[in-house]
Amino acid sequence: MRLHLLALLAKEPAHGYELKQALEQTFGSAYPSPNIGQIYVTLGRLEKDGLVRAVDVEQSNRPNKKVYYLTGKGRDALTDWVDEPTEGPRVRDEFFMKLVLAPLTGIADRMALINRQRRHYLALMRDLNELAERTDQGNQVALLLIEGAMLHLQADLDWLERCQEDLA
Amino acid sequence: MTVLRTVNLVKIYQNKHVPVPAVRGVDLLVDEGEFVAVMGPSGSGKSTLLHMLGGLDIRTSGEIWLDGQRADTLSESAWALLRRKKIGFVFQFFNLVASMTVADNVELPALLAGVSSKEARARREYLLDALSLTERADAAPAQLSGGEQQRVALARALANKPALLLADEPTGNLDSRNTRDVLRLLSEVHRDGQTIVLVTHDARVASLADRVVSLLDGQIVDDGRIARRRPGRGGAGEVIDLR
Ligand SMILES: Nc1ncnc2c1ncn2[C@@H]1O[C@H](COP(=O)(O)OP(=O)(O)O)[C@@H](O)[C@H]1O
Ligand SMILES: [Mg+2]
Repeated sequence: MRLHLLALLAKEPAHGYELKQALEQTFGSAYPSPNIGQIYVTLGRLEKDGLVRAVDVEQSNRPNKKVYYLTGKGRDALTDWVDEPTEGPRVRDEFFMKLVLAPLTGIADRMALINRQRRHYLALMRDLNELAERTDQGNQVALLLIEGAMLHLQADLDWLERCQEDLA
Repeated sequence: MTVLRTVNLVKIYQNKHVPVPAVRGVDLLVDEGEFVAVMGPSGSGKSTLLHMLGGLDIRTSGEIWLDGQRADTLSESAWALLRRKKIGFVFQFFNLVASMTVADNVELPALLAGVSSKEARARREYLLDALSLTERADAAPAQLSGGEQQRVALARALANKPALLLADEPTGNLDSRNTRDVLRLLSEVHRDGQTIVLVTHDARVASLADRVVSLLDGQIVDDGRIARRRPGRGGAGEVIDLR
């Protein structure tokens, strides 16, 4: 989350709660809403590393609040992040390890494992369908994120089918 | 009530005197209002199964019961009559009547079934609208893209509110926006009680079903409900966790 917060702060200085709201507004229900504690912990670390600085702003009838802004070093870190290519998803699939190794233990039947996994993926897909329906149809960012998750899940199912053909 | 039942259904093709077993003993029970998705690798017998259920391919052995009536022993013409009355079929390679407009293609089954022309038109308008095809109503099938033809085939299959909808890869040629139209329509008619048996590779389509039947080498290797996960728990973060 470090770099996401830096990116938001590059637009304008903000306090923790505003950052939480900005994330929610951008990604909608498609993104796991970060809790405010996590955000403050992350901001604290960024401050320690010199990537952001905090200033106290006085408020009438309320305790002071901290407004964070990006430092030069933070700006550089952000530029590096944006400029470097992003790793693609790697196959590090726990289910596949189970599928290959479980029969060695004598307790699992591959066909049964695959069938159960297929149903599980389809249940996840149903949740994504429902999530897409609940999502504000004007929020393209959220809808694209959901579509991405669906395409990944489709690939997992196609792979499962290949495993069934060749291993079961 | 049971709409469809098969008992030990078998299909063996002959390929230059070599027997090709495509479906090997399928027992399937589909209740009224149920939505069953059939999945499985290419060549596992999905289309063959569906074609036998729809009377488009003759079974080698076994039984097919439709709405309580034994169908596989009927004469060809009696089968055809039963099919027209009870079944809507979407083929993997959509067969539209080339000489008729989209609108007429969709209205035809309802008119053949004796529905009034006013009713047939209303149903056609509803279906074409749901599939974003209203503007193509007067086009001929040859003027349509593959995806448009596929949606017209679905509209036609649903025109009659058939007792059973059989669909073979109905989103196989669609982009994701048109798939969304089809998903919405399928959910809608399913909610209204339409019984559906549908072959698909598309997990979005399959996840709408009540039940998933998995075929492998012509046999059912899994047949079960898609579990309802506890609603509200975990929220989106649990679902979307891109690796
Ligand atoms: N008309 C046919 N003649 C001979 N073999 C066929 C015929 N139709 C299908 N098959 C064979 O039957 C098997 C199942 O095919 P099909 O039902 O089309 O599978 P799916 O729809 O699951 O891809 C395959 O091995 C296929 O080659
Ligand atoms: Mg097929």
